[in-house]
Formats: sequence, C-alpha cells, structure tokens
Amino acid sequence: MSEVLVRVENIKKHFAGTRKFFSREREIVKAVDGLTFDIIQGETLSLVGESGCGKSTTGRVLLKLLEPTEGSIHFDDQEITHLNENELRPYRKEMQMVFQDPYASLNPRMKVKEIIEEPLIVHGIDAATRKKRVNELLETVGLNTYHGNRYPHEFSGGQRQRIGIARALAVNPRLIIADEPVSALDVSIQAQILNLLKDLQEEYELTYLFISHDLSVVEHVSDRVAVMYLGKIVELGSKTQIFENPLHPYTKALLSAVPIANPRLKRERIVLKGDIPNPANPPSGCAFHTRCPFATERCKVEEPKYESYGDQHFAACHFVEELA
Amino acid sequence: MEMTQTKKEQYEALLLEEETVRSPLSEFWRKFKKQKLAFVSFIIILFIFVLAFIGPYITPYDITEPDYENVLSGPSAKHWAGTDAYGRDIFSRIIAGTQISLFVGLTSVFLGAVGGTVLGLAAGYYGGWVDRIIMRICDVLLAFPGILLAIGIIAILGPGLGNVIIAVAIFSIPVFARIVRSSTLEVKSTLYVEATRSIGARPSRIIWKHIFPGTLSSIIVYFTMRIGSAILTAASLSFIGLGAQPPSPEWGAMLSGGRDYLSMAPHVTLFPGLAIFITVLVFNLLGDGLRDALDPKIKE
Repeated sequence: MSEVLVRVENIKKHFAGTRKFFSREREIVKAVDGLTFDIIQGETLSLVGESGCGKSTTGRVLLKLLEPTEGSIHFDDQEITHLNENELRPYRKEMQMVFQDPYASLNPRMKVKEIIEEPLIVHGIDAATRKKRVNELLETVGLNTYHGNRYPHEFSGGQRQRIGIARALAVNPRLIIADEPVSALDVSIQAQILNLLKDLQEEYELTYLFISHDLSVVEHVSDRVAVMYLGKIVELGSKTQIFENPLHPYTKALLSAVPIANPRLKRERIVLKGDIPNPANPPSGCAFHTRCPFATERCKVEEPKYESYGDQHFAACHFVEELA
Repeated sequence: MEMTQTKKEQYEALLLEEETVRSPLSEFWRKFKKQKLAFVSFIIILFIFVLAFIGPYITPYDITEPDYENVLSGPSAKHWAGTDAYGRDIFSRIIAGTQISLFVGLTSVFLGAVGGTVLGLAAGYYGGWVDRIIMRICDVLLAFPGILLAIGIIAILGPGLGNVIIAVAIFSIPVFARIVRSSTLEVKSTLYVEATRSIGARPSRIIWKHIFPGTLSSIIVYFTMRIGSAILTAASLSFIGLGAQPPSPEWGAMLSGGRDYLSMAPHVTLFPGLAIFITVLVFNLLGDGLRDALDPKIKE
C-alpha cells in the first residue's frame, strides 16, 4: 500500500515564557503537546485549527527549525530528531518549506535568481547547472526567465509566492511544508497558487503538509485532514470523513462556520463561546471543555483518549458515539 | 487615427517606465540627491580627498622652512592664513596636513568598524555566552570617556600618530559592535533568514550573505559620522602632545603650537581650528544624509 514518508511520534514543543514576578518558575507554553501522525508519500495532509493552536510550530519542528522538546521524527524510516545541522543537511534537501508571508520570506536585497539559486549553492550544484535550473524553475512556477533579474519588491504577492515555491522546489524535495501559503493573498490569486501547488504535486510526485486555517482551501487541496486544538490533534481522517462525517464537536463547529454560497440552505450553526484558552495554562481534562456545547463534568476531569473510530478515522472525545 | 497613435505611444512609454528596474543602489542615489546639505557636504568631502592626495605638491610655500622675517604675520595677500611663530605659511601647512588628519580618521574608524562588525555579528548571531562576554567588554570600554580611554591606551603604547590610530580604533570598536549587534538581532529574526536556515545553509553563509548586507547600511552611516569624531580626537591627542609631533603639519599639533600666541596672533590657531571644524562638520552632515537615504523606514 501507500508508503509512509514522515512519521511523527508524540512530538512536543514547549516554550519557556517569562518568569513570573516573585517566582522562580517560568511559565511554560505548550505550543505543541504530543502529536502523532504519519504523512504518506504523495498525499496532501492538512493541519487545520485556529491561530495559536500550534500548526506553524508543528511545521517548524518537523523541519527542525525548532528543536522538539520531546518525541521523535522519522523521515523515510530514518530518525532525524537528534541530528545536528551537518548531519541534517542531506535531509534538508528532501524537505522544504513555503512560508506564509511572501513579503518577509524573500530577502529584499537579493535578486530573484539569487534567491532561487541559493538552495542549489548550499547543496553544492555547479554554476552552469544552477543557471539552467533557475530559468527552468521560473518557468515551472509560471514566471518568465527575465524576472530573475528583478528584486522581490517589484512583484505582487502572488508572484512572490511563486518565487517562494520555486525556491522550495529548487533541490527537488519530496516533502513540502506549506505554512498557510495562500492566507496572505487575494482570493482570486489564492486559486492560482493552489492550482499551481496541485499541478506541481502531480508533476514531481510531491508530498505536502499543508497548514491552514481556511477550511474551504483545505477541502480543495487535501487528501487527509488533521484538526488541531491547543497543541493537540482532536480529529484526523480522510477529507470525506472530516467534511461529511466529523466526529469531534470542535470539527463540527469549525465546519459550521464555513460560509456556503446558498442563502436558503438551512443548517445548524454551532457558535463557539469565548476565546481560545491560554496555551500556557490549558484547561483541565479535555482542553476543549470550556467552549464545547456538549461538555459534561467528565470532560472537565478526564482527558479523552485519541482513538480510532474505524477506517483510519481518529478523534479525541468522550462522546463520539453519543454525538454521532 | 492620430489620437490612437499618441495613446499607443503613451502606453508604451508607461510600459517602458515599469520596465526600468530600480536597484537598491539607484534607489539610494535618488533619495540621497534630495538631501541638499548632505550632497554639498559630499562634494566638499570629495574636495578634501583630492587635497589629501595632491596637497603636498601644491603648497605655495615650503612647509618646514622657517622664515624669520615674517614671524606671526597676519593674513595677507602673500600669506592667506598668515604665518606661525617660525614664519611658516599656515595655509600651506593646513593643505599639507589634510592627508594626515584624513588618514588618521579613515584608518582608525576602518579598523574600529571591522573589529566592531565582527564582534557585533558574532554576539548577535550566536547569542548566549558569546554575546554576554562581548557585550560586557564593550560596556567596560564604553564606560570610559573616549578621550580618556585613548590617553590611557597611548600611555601604554607611547605617543605617536600610529598609536593614536590604534587608540581611536579601540574606542570605536564597542560602538560599532553595539550597532551591528542590534541590527544583527533584527535581521536574524526575519523570515528570510529562517527560510535560508530551512534550506540547510551554514551559519557562515547566513551571516555573510544575509545578515551582514542587512547591517551594512547602519555601518556605513555610523562609519561616516565616526570619522568626524575620530579626526577630532586625533587632533585633541596631538594638541596635548600625545599624537603627531612638531614640526608635523597635523592640525591638532598646529593648534598646540599657536596657543602661546593666542592673544597677539589668533590666526595661528584660528585657521587650523577652522579646518578641523569644517572637516568634522561635513562628515557629520554626510552621515545624517546617508542615514536618511539608507533607512528603509524613512520612505520619501
């Protein structure tokens, strides 16, 4: 069957916050608190959730831009959790990132061709091949070769994101972590970039970890979806499972908030009360109980298990059966 | 038909305008030219540089030969800035002294800038104990008033122009280190540096290709501003006899030579003083203009 490209086991990323006044302890922010999931070769796995739930941190930990506090990361059956920067370099070639903000992720002092060339230089490719490859990449992402001589500030957001994608593609990676690649763009441009990502996936057999808070975008690109809340995965399943048969009340609430282009369609809207709790001080029991419309006393005390509900569909809620 | 023709031309002109690529350099030049005062200063500095190179060959009088018939004579058509206690032409000596002051100013600040930049980059990029050690040493150096520190260093090394350069360079290091460290921290936290890290680039590449160019504009600005104060410090040290020794036409040494005749022949100190004043002023004005032109936060 399908081959697992990345296996993430129980990774945690805790940040030490500011020290409290008159106290020696530091506040610990559990940005990512025990995630376990696989990314299968060739698929698009989406991570969705509100801002501050640890989606981006997860992406950065996978790329080892941040050191995980706990847990392990396997890439292609090879553990990469504790590799140092030099040992990691061959793997950097295999996994690249596309960043959310196409304005900040390109060095304003470098020409576009220098930006795209950089990964090739870092991975020791000779000058002639580099030049050819840069031109090739510019055309692959829908730009022209003469764009290479310009600076990033001369491009629109969508074009810059294409440059970011070209840079990520330069070394022929197998995995691309796309951290909200379209959330900074106009809706009309979003579709172009999403389609570009899809085309590239087919052409180069790429695997995507697609981080987003926009469910309509996620529905468009994903094969599987993982829903995160306060540093944990609350539900994971195929796109159809998540969108048509959500198990977790949080997923249901998120889905009910997606606008539908039919004003006459009647549906139940689950409105979540309050804000996302402070991850430095998460609620006891089920982290979602403070906002869950179905919460009971049990949810306040007992943390629900993350269990399979058949056919690779996982959720963490005490009342999956009752709510179905 | 004619209308459409002009419209088409206008459109093409517009396209052409969009095609012109504004590199960071041309953008800088465009902004810099708008700074009138800085631009004038820049022209004067160019002139000072020319004087520094050709000065010794164009002096109207010999700068060391005494002329006892014209001792301490005031400014006249023959001696534009008058003569000093040995009858030497002050105007010629100022011209000849330009290269000394400029050389001292430039080399000392250059050495200080190189040292400070290396330390600042290291402190900012690596952080932790590297940062703590470097910055504490800088704090200690900064706690001394500049001139006092320079006098202290010269007390160890002995007087002379070469040691003045070293002294001024050493007390320039901590200021550059601080400035470079703070812009390093700023650039290091940008997304494009993170992107470069995710590519697998080595720290040397990140520092050299991304962080250093990002700090360069503040280095250039401060470099220019610092030249003025370095020239001033060097002149002060020569004035108190720790730098250039007579009969060298160093401006500070000339001031020192004229101070005994301040009441009867003020021109002996006035003109070298003016030379120092103008040079320091134009470098500072240029620095101000560069800052306004290079700072990306000040747009238009």
